Amino acid sequence: MLAYAIRRLGQSFFVLVVMSFLVFLGVFAIGNPIELLVNPQADEAERLRATVALGLDKPILEQYAIFLGHAAKGDLGRSFVFNVPAIQLILEKLPATIELALAAMVISVGLGIPLGLIAGLKPHSLVGRSIMALSIVGFSLPTFWVGLVLIMLFSVHLGWLPSNGRGETVMLLGIPVSFLTWDGLMHLAMPALNLALFKLSLLVRLTRAGTREAVLQDYVKFARAKGLGPGRVIGVHVLKNILVPIVTVIGLELGSLIGFAIVTESIFAWPGSGKLLIDSINLLDRPVIVAYLMVIVVLFIAINFAVDVLYSMLDPRVRLGSSSAAH
Amino acid sequence: MSAPLLEVDGLRMHFFTKAGVVKAVDDVSFRLERGKILGLVGESGSGKSMTGYSILGLVDAPGRIVAGRIALNGRDLTRLDEAAWRGLRGNRVAMIFQDPMMTLNPVLRIDTQMVEAVRAHHDVSREQALDRCREVLGRVGIASPDERLRAYPHQFSGGMRQRVAIAIALLNKPDLIIADEPTTALDVTIQGQILFEMQNLCRESGTGLIWITHDLSVVAGLADDVCVMYAGRVVESGSVDEILDRPLHPYTRGLLESVPSRNERGRPLRQIAGMTPSLLRLGEACAFRDRCSQAQPDCAAAPASSVPSAGRTLRCLHPASP
Repeated sequence: MLAYAIRRLGQSFFVLVVMSFLVFLGVFAIGNPIELLVNPQADEAERLRATVALGLDKPILEQYAIFLGHAAKGDLGRSFVFNVPAIQLILEKLPATIELALAAMVISVGLGIPLGLIAGLKPHSLVGRSIMALSIVGFSLPTFWVGLVLIMLFSVHLGWLPSNGRGETVMLLGIPVSFLTWDGLMHLAMPALNLALFKLSLLVRLTRAGTREAVLQDYVKFARAKGLGPGRVIGVHVLKNILVPIVTVIGLELGSLIGFAIVTESIFAWPGSGKLLIDSINLLDRPVIVAYLMVIVVLFIAINFAVDVLYSMLDPRVRLGSSSAAH
Repeated sequence: MSAPLLEVDGLRMHFFTKAGVVKAVDDVSFRLERGKILGLVGESGSGKSMTGYSILGLVDAPGRIVAGRIALNGRDLTRLDEAAWRGLRGNRVAMIFQDPMMTLNPVLRIDTQMVEAVRAHHDVSREQALDRCREVLGRVGIASPDERLRAYPHQFSGGMRQRVAIAIALLNKPDLIIADEPTTALDVTIQGQILFEMQNLCRESGTGLIWITHDLSVVAGLADDVCVMYAGRVVESGSVDEILDRPLHPYTRGLLESVPSRNERGRPLRQIAGMTPSLLRLGEACAFRDRCSQAQPDCAAAPASSVPSAGRTLRCLHPASP
């Protein structure tokens, strides 16, 4: 297990380096930030001075080497726009996004798995068919449109839920969170539901497919032949068998929820890191873009590692670290 | 004399599909005394497994028991509700399935799968349940049960898994065990061991055993009585010696002649021509008549069950002469 963790760490480091290079190349291609940072009336000498000051006069590979050197010391650069460390900007905004993403994930898992089980156990019933039909709707409607409709319905017409902001927050372990206050919870409900809808539909379909396959297996019939009740047969025998693909998807989707909740954050004016990323791209604030994507890559790597560990706990046939059992 | 352990009388279990009614079990009757072994013999699709599932109440929609009586110790099971069935399953009636690779849940430890079977029926602590598990594993010939209990199914061979499945069936000292071809997927040597052990276990504990199989040689060495099934019906039944030595139904004869024998080496193997009929298009006529060498025009009428001699039944108008 330890050897496995160390090897994974090495792989992760390699991924991080490759990603940083691609991101660096990418932002380089977007455009020259000097055009946006310097007053349009500024003369050539002033432009040159700014270019040199930001280190943009050097060849890209040299810039990248400097970036790597600083990154190794934990410095991901300073924002061109705000002149503060990029990582500080991101860490200020990220907790709000993580809270939103986790709330969305709780909704998706809490509703998606039970609904998927029902649809899988009674595929031909009215309830099963309705769940599937609704999941198609959840799949195909664009997030921004659903967000607007939610605001129209719950904020404008019914006036039940606030349409923007985080509401009242309290500090939890030094991080401001919304979900512990009633006001914050009301603010969190709609964006989280909006963000959850697609994942919810995905989980419903995944759980249903797994359930339909699992209930036909002999071990389910054998469990029933032992005289076990339906709760134990479904909740333990079926569910534990179908959890591996579900956990995979949850892991991947959690990463993408955190990294790319931008549309929902924009609609509900949620002060998260998605908004920061959009602003940084608009202002060509390269250090923030690069640092943001680095943080997201680290998040993905960490989540995937957690998923792999979960696999081995869910399915004893999966053994971490040995190449022979890697199926 | 009290009621027999199991009495199945006129059991009909049909599947109601869009294509029509499939008569998977069609008027099946037999009885089983305590400590005896009944062989239920037939080809794939003859309804032998479905008969077993019916006795356990494990028939899933669109299947339904439409008629007949299944009496266990004199109590009719077909009138039970689901909760009462559940109290019976794994407790008074246990089942062992064909493929040991598939019957144990791959992601749960053996102790989990055994303890839950005990605690589904008895209000005991986990420790007490584990004691029972160790005892039963020892009885089916599994050494070092403590170590085995903590293992997962994939760490066992096929024969070992089937022993575990048998151990699970024995956990609550059932009155009746239904074994659905439990040795078909195993090596011949393992098959022999398991047959021998099952026979002993039943004799010792007075448990009745229904052994579902397509293999007549297994039945010959194991069973006391035999029911031969074809297309959902029992075509012939009787004691194992009677059936094997003096088969009356042409289908039973065909089955016996299909078994390759040393005396017939070099000659082409005998076979029963044709295929099992579709259960969808089954009329009242004898289902075997299309494949039967003895078939006469009157075989198109429903063949009633007759009693050619004491303890035997036969469903044929033109039986082979004994």
